[in-house]
Order: sequence, then structure tokens, then C-alpha cells
Amino acid sequence: MSSQPRSSCRSRRRLGRALTAWLLAPALAAAAPPQRIVSLVPGLTESVCAVGACARLVGVDRHSNWPAEVVALPRLGGLDDAQVERIAALKPDLVLAAPGARVVQRLQALGLNVDTLHTRSHQDVRHNLLWLAQRLGDPALGRKAWAAIETQMAAASASVPAAMRGRSVYFEVEASPYAAGPGSFIGQTLAQLGLRNIVPEALGPFPKLSPEFVVRAQPDIVMAEARQVQDMPRRPGWASLTALQRQQLCAFQSADYEVLVRPGPRMGLAAQQLADCLARLAGEPR
Amino acid sequence: MSAPAARRRRLAFGLALASLLLLCAGLAAGGEGWSPAALGELLRGPDAGLIVGQIRAPRSLGAWLAGGLLGLAGALAQGLFRNPLADPFLLGSASGASLAVVVVLAAGALGGHGPWSGVGLVAAAFMGALGGVLLTLLLARGAQHTLRLLLAGVVVGVVLSGLSDLLTLAVPEALRGRQVFMLGSTGFLGWDGCLLLGAGLALLLPLAQRLSRLLDALVLGEDSARSLGLPLPQLQLLLVGLLAAATGLAVSQTGLVAFVGLAAPHLVRRIAPGPHAYLLAASAATGAVLLLAADVAARTLIAPQELPVGVLTAVFGGAYLLWLLNRQRGA
Repeated sequence: MSSQPRSSCRSRRRLGRALTAWLLAPALAAAAPPQRIVSLVPGLTESVCAVGACARLVGVDRHSNWPAEVVALPRLGGLDDAQVERIAALKPDLVLAAPGARVVQRLQALGLNVDTLHTRSHQDVRHNLLWLAQRLGDPALGRKAWAAIETQMAAASASVPAAMRGRSVYFEVEASPYAAGPGSFIGQTLAQLGLRNIVPEALGPFPKLSPEFVVRAQPDIVMAEARQVQDMPRRPGWASLTALQRQQLCAFQSADYEVLVRPGPRMGLAAQQLADCLARLAGEPR
Repeated sequence: MSAPAARRRRLAFGLALASLLLLCAGLAAGGEGWSPAALGELLRGPDAGLIVGQIRAPRSLGAWLAGGLLGLAGALAQGLFRNPLADPFLLGSASGASLAVVVVLAAGALGGHGPWSGVGLVAAAFMGALGGVLLTLLLARGAQHTLRLLLAGVVVGVVLSGLSDLLTLAVPEALRGRQVFMLGSTGFLGWDGCLLLGAGLALLLPLAQRLSRLLDALVLGEDSARSLGLPLPQLQLLLVGLLAAATGLAVSQTGLVAFVGLAAPHLVRRIAPGPHAYLLAASAATGAVLLLAADVAARTLIAPQELPVGVLTAVFGGAYLLWLLNRQRGA
């Protein structure tokens, strides 16, 4: 007589457990650290590796090329022309992208877990490292990676000769000319090294300047990729720049320049490259 | 059966066969290249639903439908302007869509605040395309003077493109996204996009065919059309509305795919000319086949990398026009 209610109670409990497991499954899956990551932003690729998860990357965008481990990974296009099918076929449990890219919506519609992260400033890089380390299961690695950048930055700043502090600088990002403003991650690094940016903050992180603006601003130091620096004296009026005449130039080869313009864990190294150039300039007769 | 009717039937059969074959090729062509064996293996595996059902199938069908809308828009534009070189983007839809996309990209790059940041790129491109055409209509004070409409379209195109350039200079982060939009892409088409494109084509094609009598009459000139008792200003406005809707829908889903709208009606007129009721449908089918063929080629030519589909349509479309030019010079 009593076996029927007991079995019905048991089956209800079993059903309840199954229902709970089914309801919690997505939350548990989301909480588990991702094991197969696709990164569509070079700075985020580097950040994943900086928090010790390079081996979990299964695909990257066409511009990601550091560290060496990522070079052999499948290339999945760029952020704006990412190859949806190849990404889906890799079965990633986390896709890292930048906000606003159309691929984000499409990948989310396919049920993939996509996180978007800004990489515009030092604060963004710090947030990304801490967030990624937390998400990937070891928050301490994020703190360690950021501390390493801060230590390198401080060392770079300390190595800048006193004579170079307060000098005005023009950092050219592109020959049009686009400059790195004080609000960009490059501008923040330059400020940390004690340099004064000729670009007003109000113009935004990477403003396009009039060539005349640079000539009138007469920066004490000019920084750019080596091939752009070579071209500068040929630009109308630029031969009058005292920084060019006195060779107060930081001309970076492409591999070094790439470090400078990539917002990620190599920002400390970038600061040291800039500081080394400043030390070299200070050692030269003005 | 008369010879022209037989040619039309042959073209219809050829387009149906090409559509079928290309849709099958679209299911077989993937990120790693084209191979029927690989497709068989994929279909037997656990990923068939995701890769074939959710990615390749909507992408292929979406490219076919978007090409159909562009072909239809091209036939409408060439009929409305009585000019075989008229393009669906003539009335400012391309520059309007491009400006709206740049505004959304710039808003996102500046931190995602403001009224534009919540608007998706697809919706923005559609609204921008319609906005561009509306501005053209306002400047031309309606659609009854086609020359004025054409000039207004050129002005709107130049001004809105200039504004896009200006905004891109101010926010260079939007540059890459704009470039990809200008090159055209079928890679992000999903079933929701197919539904919109399919509904658009199913609605716009019959509506356009109802106006085919006007387009036939316009071939003889506006005065002749008026003499037939047709309410020309209203019908021309309706034609512009259909043209804007077809172009806006296609552009919002695939970006600016060049030459399909221009080349599709040309091909139909060369192979099997006919009245506009037929020309509109045949141009839509030809446009569909052209864009789907370009999409399959874009996926496979340099696999595992992919070409922007608009680059292929521009290269092949340009080559076709050059060939046409040489042929006409030789004739």
C-alpha cells in the first residue's frame, strides 16, 4: 500500500534533481574556466598569454603575432572580416573581441560565448588582465602581470634623463599625420616618462593633425616608425622642425614600433624602448 | 513558340539550374575550401547542424536573396532613368548607409554612449540608405524630373561620402569597419537576415512588376508615358520607394556589393530581352546567381582565407563592362 507514494516521491525527487541540474547547467558551464579561446584582437591575444593561458588559445586574428606560440595557430581573419564558420568549427568556449564589431552579434546568435573588451588606455589593459585572469581561473596571475607592467613602467620612467623631462613630444601613428594624443595608451606612457604631448587632450586619443600644426608646435622630440621619420624632411615645411634638424628623433624599426602601438602586456617594454631612446638623445650633443 | 520566348525560357531554365548548383556548392564550400568528400564527412559528423545548417545554408541563401534584391533594384533604376548605366546606388542609398555605419562605429569607438550606440550596424545601414534616398527626393522636389533626381542623387552621394570621410578622420577607429562595409561581405548572414531579405524580395518583386507597364512606357519617354494617362509623378515616386527599399535591404545585410545591380539587367537584355514584367524578375534571378557565385568563389579562391565578396563582383563586373565596351567599339 505504501510503496506507491514512496516511489512517486522518489521519482518526484529525481525529477527535481534533473530539473535543477538542467537549470544550473548553463551557469555552471559559464562559471567553468574556458579551455578553448579564440582572440580576434592582438592586444587581447597577448593578454591571454600574459595570464598563463596561451595553450588554451585555439585561433587568433591575422594580426596576432606575439608570443611565438600563437604564430602557428589558425588565422581567422580580422576583427571586421572574421571568418564565422572557421571560428564556429573550432568550438571555442570563449571568443574575445572588441565592442562594435559585427561578428560579435553573429557569433552570439550561433550560441558562442563572446566577450568584448576595450583596449584604448592603461586602465583598459589593467582591467583586461585582471578580468581575463579571473575568468580563466587564476586571478593572481592577472595581478602579477599588471604588477610586472607597473614595475617596468616605473623602471623606464626612472631611467629617463632629467634633461629630457618636460620636453614636448610628437608621436606619429600614421603619416597622414595621425598623432597619439594624451588620452591614448601611448600618450599615457609618454606622460609617465615625463614628456609633454604637443597634442591637446580635447582632440581625442588619435587625432588627425594638420601638418602645419606640427610645424607650429615645434616639438622638442619626434617619435615615429623609421620609414616615416625618413620621409618627414620631404614634407612641405617640415624641414624647419628643429627636432629634425637637431636629430632629436626616435625612429623605431617595425618590430619595435609594433610593441609601442599594441595595448597589452608589453606596454612596460614599450615604455623602456621609449626611455632608452630618450637616454640616447640626452647623450648626444644638442 | 517564338524565338524570343524560347530564349527567355532557356534563360529561366539556366538561372534555375545555376541557382540550384550554386546553392549546393554553397553548402559544400567552407572555411577550409571546397570538397564534396569533406561535405559528406561533415554531414555525418556532429557539427552538421551548426556548420551547414546555421552557417553555410543561411549564408548561401542570403547571398542569393541579396543578389536578387540588387538585380531587381538595378532593373528598376535603369528603367526609371532610361539609362543602361544606372546603378541601384545612384540615389544616395550607398553613401547614406555608409554614413550611418560610420556614425554607429564612431559612437562605439567613443565609448558606446549616445543615441546611436544602441543601434546595430544592420538597422543603421538600412535607415541610412532610406535616409539618403529621402534626402535626394527632398532636394529634387519629388521624382517627376528624372534628370533633377539624378543630379540630386549625385550631390547627396558626394556630400554624405564627404561627411563619412570627415567622421572617419575624427574617429580613425571607425576606418576599418567602414572599409569592410564598403567592400561588401556575405560572411555574417544568418537565418534572421534571410527572413528579412526573403520577405523583402517576395513583397517588392510583385509590386515592381505591377509597375512594369509604367517602365515599358518610360522607354518611349516621359511624354509618351503621360499620354497613356498614367499618373506619372505618383508612380515614379513609388518606383523610387521600391528601389530604395530593395537597395537598403540588400546593403544593410551585405554592405556595398558593387556591379551586381548594374550587370544583372545588362546580362538579361543581352541574352534574352523582353518587357519589364519579365526583365525585373529575370534581373532579380540573374543578380541572385551572380552574388551567390561571387560568394562561393570568395570562400574558396584563397581558402582558408576569404576574399571580400564585393572585391570579386567589382573585378568581374568591371571586366564584363570593359568587354562590353570593346565589343560595342568593334561592332
